[in-house]
Amino acid sequence: MIEAIAFYVFAALVLGSALGVVLSKNIVRSATCLLGTLGGVACLYFVLNANLIAAIQLIVYAGGTLILIVFGVMLTSKSPWMQFTATRGQVVAASVVAVLLAFGLCGVMLGADWSRPAGQLSASPQVREVGTDLLTDYLVPFEAASVLLLVVMIGAAYLARPEK
Amino acid sequence: MFDIGLNHYMVLSALIFSLGVLCMVTKRNAIGILIGVELVLNSANINLVAFSRYQTGAGDGHIVAVFVILLAAAEAAIGIAIFMNFYNTFQTIDVDRGDELRH
Repeated sequence: MIEAIAFYVFAALVLGSALGVVLSKNIVRSATCLLGTLGGVACLYFVLNANLIAAIQLIVYAGGTLILIVFGVMLTSKSPWMQFTATRGQVVAASVVAVLLAFGLCGVMLGADWSRPAGQLSASPQVREVGTDLLTDYLVPFEAASVLLLVVMIGAAYLARPEK
Repeated sequence: MFDIGLNHYMVLSALIFSLGVLCMVTKRNAIGILIGVELVLNSANINLVAFSRYQTGAGDGHIVAVFVILLAAAEAAIGIAIFMNFYNTFQTIDVDRGDELRH
């Protein structure tokens, strides 16, 4: 019961702020609404008993990526309230495609047979299990990810350097 | 209705995915497109964690979700660096001007 209430509250928060992201003409408002979406998704991870992912979502996404986006908005506009919008025809066509996509995805995923083998589910993996997996079974992707982050750091600093 | 299962999360993630695609194609501000990509990645992550909770019970979904978050951060950093370069060249961030990256 409490899980259902929490799910509906956070799902409403996520969907509402995602709608805000899409509908607001102003990019600063979009970025602010994105904070609601990311925070709501983190709360949904808590409802799903995925504590580690929820914490990472809050730290990396809400704390890092969103700040990056806000700085990007402010560094790339003469006035942060500047806006350019798609034409009405484009918006209508895109909305039709998005609605069809939503119905199609729901139809396919709800129609699929997700019956799982009998037996009790093990408890959700917690920080200790995920950490152990990361440093044993998933060691190669983990190291590849660290190399990728180094490359991204150098590449971003190189690309964003001021013109000589 | 009050028994939350996999279906609820799948519908939610399908809706967020569609909103993200809509955001990607209707914004002409390059940062807006990046925000749409973040919505799409979040919807995929919800599915990964929900399947891990209700379907497999194993940690694999969590680990893939960690990698998705990491790649999203990397993509945002590189994307914004490219947009800054673009802005330095064209003095605007309207993607309709982006059909030529140099003038």
